Amino acid sequence: MSLLSIRNLSVDFTTSSGSFRAVDAVDLDIDKGELVAIVGESGSGKSVTMLALMGLLPWTATVTADEMLFDGHDLRGISGRARRRIVGHDLAMIFQEPMSSLNPCFQVGWQIKEALRFHLGMDRAQRHKRAIELFEQVGIPDPEKRLSAFPHQMSGGMNQRVMIAMAISCGPKLLIADEPTTALDVTIQAQILDLLTGLRNDTGMGLVLITHDMGVVAETAERVCVQYSGQKVEEQPVVPLFDAPHHPYTAALLDALPERAKEKHLPTIPGVVPGQFDRPAGCLFSPRCKFADDKCRNVPPAPQSEALGKARCHYPLNVDQRIAS
Amino acid sequence: MNAPVMAARDLAQHYQVGGNIFTKSRTLKAVAGLDFELYAGKTLAVVGESGCGKSTLARMITMIEEPTRGALLLDGKEVTRDDWADLRTSVQIVFQDPYGSLNPRQRIGQILEEPLKINRPTMIATEREVKAREMLRLVGLRPEHYDRYPHMFSGGQRQRIAVARALMLEPKVLVLDEPVSALDLSIQSAILNLMVDLQERLNLAYLFISHDLSVVRHVADDVIVMYLGRAVEKGSKEDVFANPRHPYTKALLSATPRADPKAKAERIKLTGELPSPLNIPDGCPFAPRCWKVQDKCRAVAPELMGDAHQAACYFPIGDDGV
Repeated sequence: MSLLSIRNLSVDFTTSSGSFRAVDAVDLDIDKGELVAIVGESGSGKSVTMLALMGLLPWTATVTADEMLFDGHDLRGISGRARRRIVGHDLAMIFQEPMSSLNPCFQVGWQIKEALRFHLGMDRAQRHKRAIELFEQVGIPDPEKRLSAFPHQMSGGMNQRVMIAMAISCGPKLLIADEPTTALDVTIQAQILDLLTGLRNDTGMGLVLITHDMGVVAETAERVCVQYSGQKVEEQPVVPLFDAPHHPYTAALLDALPERAKEKHLPTIPGVVPGQFDRPAGCLFSPRCKFADDKCRNVPPAPQSEALGKARCHYPLNVDQRIAS
Repeated sequence: MNAPVMAARDLAQHYQVGGNIFTKSRTLKAVAGLDFELYAGKTLAVVGESGCGKSTLARMITMIEEPTRGALLLDGKEVTRDDWADLRTSVQIVFQDPYGSLNPRQRIGQILEEPLKINRPTMIATEREVKAREMLRLVGLRPEHYDRYPHMFSGGQRQRIAVARALMLEPKVLVLDEPVSALDLSIQSAILNLMVDLQERLNLAYLFISHDLSVVRHVADDVIVMYLGRAVEKGSKEDVFANPRHPYTKALLSATPRADPKAKAERIKLTGELPSPLNIPDGCPFAPRCWKVQDKCRAVAPELMGDAHQAACYFPIGDDGV
């Protein structure tokens, strides 16, 4: 049985101009120790999917799902009290902006010990010892001294390490990292990604990496979900995804990478991501897709078979290659 | 080669920070002596991590701030503060965030005409409008966008408007301060194409500031790698990317994720973080994080050495890659 299984998850936001569907019929399975990347542009609903899982969405959001199971717990309609026992303990999340997700009024040591006290019921001496261990594990130099530092006294990379230490403090089974390195410099990004994959290998936790950076995906992930406009349009292991994408959106996205460019002009994707009022009737990518025909514009495609990367497309690409190989 | 449009000689910017009646202020060397030339139709890219002085450099070149030391030459003539108002028209800038750099209360037409109103006071209103509509077409927008407000546009379109505004005064030099880092991948490529087209058409000199090496590799002709306010490596794009000579450049290149899952990157692990620009170590600024460091590095800072492909390192990486 997989660690996390989500079936047909949708999230609707009530806005002043009507309801807006941010996540649309997303399925997701994650096994123990697996490293899955969710990739997509801004507004593709990749963060909202995970926030729905954590129960961190505001009251304007309506979450519906056929199934939302984490480690045997049904997360649909779970009470706040029961959820708080899971979140932060077995299920942890780190966010993009380490500076703004730490509380500026408290020392980082206090913030990390809070989780240890609440979830593991450790006494003061145990907490202190464990906090130092955690800081050493995530590579913070001089941990004893850093425990009494405030977030503003440390750099972005160090704060992200504190966030990671906090997230792994109770030995989570699944860690969700929402753009963990977007706000950081490349040399620091490399350190943080190494740290996260290293922790996954050591502890055997599942790791979900939400990102928009194809480079990060290629270097770290095992399996990749591509999201577009709230839908999961494709899911494949990382190597075949980069070699033979099945959904035209994935293919176009990969072509637009400057490092894959063969000439001075890059291939582009015309148009923009559909908004609240111009959602197409058929395939959501059809207005920007160069292969789209009338069927695409009118009939929303269902996901294809697993061999075709569950691509939400009537005419998936690179089909022959798959059969031949 | 033809004469450079713009040249910088030992350009430096120091800030005084802190300090009150009890404590002395300290000097922050944001940019510590930089030389470079910009040529018409060519792109010079400046890469580096946050805090390396990229944006301070942009502010000096666009004459927003006066350098504390060194000289800026435009068409061979030294720039003095008295000429700023005139010379600014030939150096324009596009900022990173297209959501913050356009006034939400102005229509696109007003935004585009404002530079003309200030710098070409004799130009009549109808002429300005003609120019603005023409510019909209040049950057790939439609003339009917003239009467709209910025909030009606997507990020990519806004960045086109920002480019259009920068081009209204027909500058010779365009400073692009992280022009695509706030944009999504699918939009980014369209804006990069626009930059390439405009450069060809108008023979512009670009100073392209970025931290994204894959973008720099695509657009640049020459590259300067900066670390803590100093240029540590300088050369043509091919040289710098194929044979980095400064250890920092090599580390930066190896840390950049490549969108190819089969490429097994040999990543150089840099220990430690960027030192605070307030207390840059004596000697080579990279010495505390460098794996090739020796006593000499810690004592005296190396100057840029070499002819076309320069590196500020006593023990540069040779052609054999070590």
